Amino acid sequence: MLEKFRGVGQVAIDPIHQFQVQKWLDLGTFGNQHLYFTNATGFMLLSSALIVLLFGYAASRGKIVPSRIQSIGELGYGFIADMIRSIAGEEGLKFFPFVFTLFFFIFAANVLGLVPYAFTTTSHIAVTLPLALLVISVVIIYGFYKNGFRFLKLFMPSGAPWWVYFLLIPIEVISFLVRPLTLSLRLFGNMLAGHIVLKLFAGFAVSLFAAGGMYILLAPLAFVMGVVMNALEFLVAGLQAYIFAMLTCVYINDALHPAH
Amino acid sequence: MTLIAIAAETAAQHGSEGGAFPPFDPWHFPSQIFFLTIIFTALYLLLSRFILPRLGGVLEHRESTIANNLDEAARMNDQAVEAQNAVAVSIAQAQANARETAGKARLKIDQSIAIETAKIDAELDTKLSNAEARISDLRDEAMKNVESIATDAASNILAKFDTNAPKADIGNAVKSALVGS
Repeated sequence: MLEKFRGVGQVAIDPIHQFQVQKWLDLGTFGNQHLYFTNATGFMLLSSALIVLLFGYAASRGKIVPSRIQSIGELGYGFIADMIRSIAGEEGLKFFPFVFTLFFFIFAANVLGLVPYAFTTTSHIAVTLPLALLVISVVIIYGFYKNGFRFLKLFMPSGAPWWVYFLLIPIEVISFLVRPLTLSLRLFGNMLAGHIVLKLFAGFAVSLFAAGGMYILLAPLAFVMGVVMNALEFLVAGLQAYIFAMLTCVYINDALHPAH
Repeated sequence: MTLIAIAAETAAQHGSEGGAFPPFDPWHFPSQIFFLTIIFTALYLLLSRFILPRLGGVLEHRESTIANNLDEAARMNDQAVEAQNAVAVSIAQAQANARETAGKARLKIDQSIAIETAKIDAELDTKLSNAEARISDLRDEAMKNVESIATDAASNILAKFDTNAPKADIGNAVKSALVGS
């Protein structure tokens, strides 16, 4: 029984296997780095292409009375615009294309990752950390560009007695510096854990079924749990993209109005 | 038992691959970051330069079209209300005109009726007075005849009794008797 199962067993059961980066194409060495076109790159390209296709199609229609796909594209546009407006105000709309790209890049990667055998690009810290660093860099650069050194008021909330600042300023500085980490780890952790759980339940169902005997009766239970977790993961996929974009708006709001 | 065996084998297999936990395996970091930069930049440029302005333009165009149409509708509505008012005013005017014309006509007819009536009344009056005059003439005449007949009758009656009386006396007596009656 075990022998027969071993052929597919590794792929089916190992919950970590889905995060394995596979080299599809060796691009050679640049400087001292060796670059590969990997499955991660492929799926990142695919999810981005899907975004361009969807919104490109929606934009190309341009009808007064929108078709369905155009309507979806416009919903996405309005959703992001409203989010920025409610958090960072009208000024924040300067960053509309940036937040829009971030949200849909992450959202498409998360959702595409839920397709069986697909690779989830956002389940890698090597993707989420650069994105978070990009956000923080934009915030810092724009904050200093717009406010000059008044941007540092961000670390000095007004209205506290003077001696509190000895404690308050270090706390504020640390909380600011930790932002890229929390931003990236939240997305990375959620996608990683979610996909491991999905794989565990799916693999568990297969293993139980393959184990035979009384275990077969338990297999549907694991399968049902897998389905439930899948639904939950769809929620998480949207939610994490939303949280990432929303926090980006919050940080941009800090850059726009540092004295809070 | 079987489950544990599979799990153990999986763990062993995973361990024997010698690879670190894939997300923390540093060999692919340069490739990941390199392609992330390229793809994200390309996506950002495509969206911000071409797609989002068009999408926003479509939304703006729709909003302005709807606003324009609403304005146009409000304008037309105003026009309709105005026209309705104008119609109401002209109807009221026409009704007033008609009432006036009818009143005038009635007055004219009333007048002519009054004139005709007066004319006929006057005619009838003259006819009536003529007739009355004739009647009184005839009666007077008849009365005169009655007097002479009575006088004759009285003288005849007196003659039968072989009494003669002067005609004038008899006449007076009859006259006084007639007046007395």
